[in-house]
Amino acid sequence: MGGQVNHDYHILEPDIWPLIGSLSALTFTSGMVLNFYPDQFGVVGPVVMWAGLAGLLATFFFWFRNIVIEAQRGDHTPIVQLHMRYGMILFIASEVMFFVGWFWAFFDFSLFPAPLEYLADSDTTENLFITQGDTSLGERVPNGMEVLDAFQLPLLNTIILLCSGTTVTWAHHALIHGDRTGLKQGLWATIALGVIFSFIQAYEYSVAPFGFGGNTFSSAFYMATGFHGFHVLIGTIFLAVCLFRAYQGHFTPRQHFGFEAAAWYWHFVDVVWLFLFVAIYVWGGWGAPVH
Amino acid sequence: MATTAEGFQAHHDDHAHGADHKPGFFARWFMSTNHKDIGSLYLIFAIIAGIVGGAISGIMRAELAAPGIQYLWWWAGSSPDDLAAAGHMWNVFITAHGLIMVFFMVMPAMIGGFGNWFVPLMIGAPDMAFPRMNNVSFWLTVAGFFSLLFSMFVPGGGGMGAGVGWTVYAPLSTTGAPGPAVDFAIFSLHLAGAGSILGATNFITTIFNMRAPGMTLHKMPLFVWSVLVTAFLLLLALPVLAAAITMLLTDRNFGTTFFDPAGGGDPVLYQHLFWFFGHPEVYIMILPGFGMISQIVATFSRKPVFGYLGMAYAMVAIGVVGFIVWAHHMYTVGLDVNTKMYFTAATMVIAVPTGVKIFSWIATMWGGSLEFKSPMVWSLGFIFLFTVGGVTGVVLANGGIDDNLHDTYYVVAHFHYVLSMGAVFSMFAGFYYWFPKMSGRMHSELLSHIHFWLFFIGVNVVFFPQHFLGMQGMPRRYPDYAEAFTFWHEISTLGYWITAASLIPFFVNIGYALFAGRQPGNNPWGEGATTLEWTLSSPPPFHQFETLPVIEDHHDYHDHSSGAAPQPAE
Repeated sequence: MGGQVNHDYHILEPDIWPLIGSLSALTFTSGMVLNFYPDQFGVVGPVVMWAGLAGLLATFFFWFRNIVIEAQRGDHTPIVQLHMRYGMILFIASEVMFFVGWFWAFFDFSLFPAPLEYLADSDTTENLFITQGDTSLGERVPNGMEVLDAFQLPLLNTIILLCSGTTVTWAHHALIHGDRTGLKQGLWATIALGVIFSFIQAYEYSVAPFGFGGNTFSSAFYMATGFHGFHVLIGTIFLAVCLFRAYQGHFTPRQHFGFEAAAWYWHFVDVVWLFLFVAIYVWGGWGAPVH
Repeated sequence: MATTAEGFQAHHDDHAHGADHKPGFFARWFMSTNHKDIGSLYLIFAIIAGIVGGAISGIMRAELAAPGIQYLWWWAGSSPDDLAAAGHMWNVFITAHGLIMVFFMVMPAMIGGFGNWFVPLMIGAPDMAFPRMNNVSFWLTVAGFFSLLFSMFVPGGGGMGAGVGWTVYAPLSTTGAPGPAVDFAIFSLHLAGAGSILGATNFITTIFNMRAPGMTLHKMPLFVWSVLVTAFLLLLALPVLAAAITMLLTDRNFGTTFFDPAGGGDPVLYQHLFWFFGHPEVYIMILPGFGMISQIVATFSRKPVFGYLGMAYAMVAIGVVGFIVWAHHMYTVGLDVNTKMYFTAATMVIAVPTGVKIFSWIATMWGGSLEFKSPMVWSLGFIFLFTVGGVTGVVLANGGIDDNLHDTYYVVAHFHYVLSMGAVFSMFAGFYYWFPKMSGRMHSELLSHIHFWLFFIGVNVVFFPQHFLGMQGMPRRYPDYAEAFTFWHEISTLGYWITAASLIPFFVNIGYALFAGRQPGNNPWGEGATTLEWTLSSPPPFHQFETLPVIEDHHDYHDHSSGAAPQPAE
């Protein structure tokens, strides 16, 4: 141990952002709670929440900025790049399990509906149970409800996301072959498709024939597609950062893990959408009156 | 190498990067990127949380010492005849005790504390794969703890605090507990869970990528194996909990009906989602303990652990099967009989790899040259008491028997035998095993033994009578009971005071060691301690293994008897 470092691992100096990020996360969640109770906490809630969010965004910004600076400086040796690959794969695995939770809820309601009918104006559970008896298997929740037509905007969104999967692959191939223009074009196209997807999704929410909550179909629909939409936003930002870095001259045909991680994440978001489309839009709404 | 963005690191100087170059106080402890310092922070945090959680048990045992309500109304800031306030206070205490002990004591100590300290040392790595993320894992755990503390001081329906149990079951946690307390408690789990997921990715990456040259997976110390399996359980189970408690939040605040039958929802769905996380969680709390016990028993038997590969893959098997047994926590919710039969059978399968481990520890000791040093006596206590908890677990695995015992003190006794005695004994074993390595000071064997015997007697007096109470029908989660249960409750409370007293020699021992303990040298435990941390100084240098150790092919220190592998040349 002569103080001579003879390995390729990345030993970091102390860093303030983990502490700031955690405090911001606590501030953000606490602000959200206060926000749930405007009668008691008034304007304090939003103030605390936005302060926490600002701290979180600053943490993400500066943390990833540091990583990019380190990458450009050559700190990311091959073994460190391998770490990041493992880290990203594991992170995506945990994200998959997060969506498993929402799909679990959706399939629970759809395959094993509660023994009651969806009655929009029923105010007690007792009435509902009297309706069908508590031993019969109930009907699927959209029962009587208007749903979105899977083969209109949702199908268009499916095609958009699938296309964006190809454009990000175009960008990747261009990058590998040293074609910087192709890299930028492919990324621009992917980001544009992502943004269009988000706008269509927002439009669809605004014209949906059912509101947020009130029954299980709506709950699972909005929470699952909503979290997916949130991931699309994150993925779009991730790709936009890559585009910015491409203009800065970052990435080489051999070393561009930041781009690859964004592409992996984008494909993950794409696959989640395919499951959402098939399960919730097509199968979930099958036979129900469409809007 | 080894620098971050300029501007944050004004004082950095690449050439002054000696192995023992330590940053200043604030940078070292609040901005740490050093696995040993972060491990120490986790251990200190776990001890503080353990004192809080243990003090809450004291309040609960004092309350349960006699029938009727003794003190709860006072804690609730109310009058003696206010039973509703007292009852809510009780619920708040059991919730806080459970959440603190699980998320802020056992997990931080085992995975954050010992895992951080010894996984890199044992695999011959200079640090963790993601040192900054390691730090955010710790501070998110602290943030989660604070969110839980906040919940104690805001309304939670029926009084201050979240009184919903550590399982946060709907509908008590949705329509049954209005007010911000439960929201704070839920976000506490989000924060601590996020920290644990990041920690899990860090451990998996470190273990897969940073093993010293020559250390194949099948040469890795069993403690590292245990942390690897644990990290996978965390990675795959916690996000499902995150989804479930997010549904609680939206049911509470935004009008979704995931768990509300009025909108077609189902409270049992919450239980499925919770226990899909919750059952792996109980293995998360015990597997690192298994790993530590394997190291310690081998060390103090001066023999390689018996059946190394069987021990490693038994943990893998426990981890895998642990994901498909969750509904044995839900036998009384109205599952159909076929489901109960499946979950009964699947649960009992887990007794097989667990049995492999117990018998392999015994076989490790068989014919060994045993030394009853403090880590070893705690390990023996672990093996005995965990087996007791395992046996009552097999009883409870039966869907039919559990119809009777569900939510009784029998269950309380069972899971405290595997946790307060299993997990906690292994933590004390690990603490005494590695304290000399971490601190560079030897603790007193006498005080450690006094601690062990007081604790051993204390926890058994607390929890063994609870089997009787459970079989007599005493339900969980009640502050009051029929007079027929008084005798065993009195005994149980007596046991608490013995247990609490046992912590005096523990803390005196730490103080003694830090002020007067002798230097242990590299390896105070003799030739049985073969893992890499014992090749380093005590405490190890700030950055160890700057030249990576090479594990030579013939140096198969886990299993000298395995086929052609010759003994290592000294």
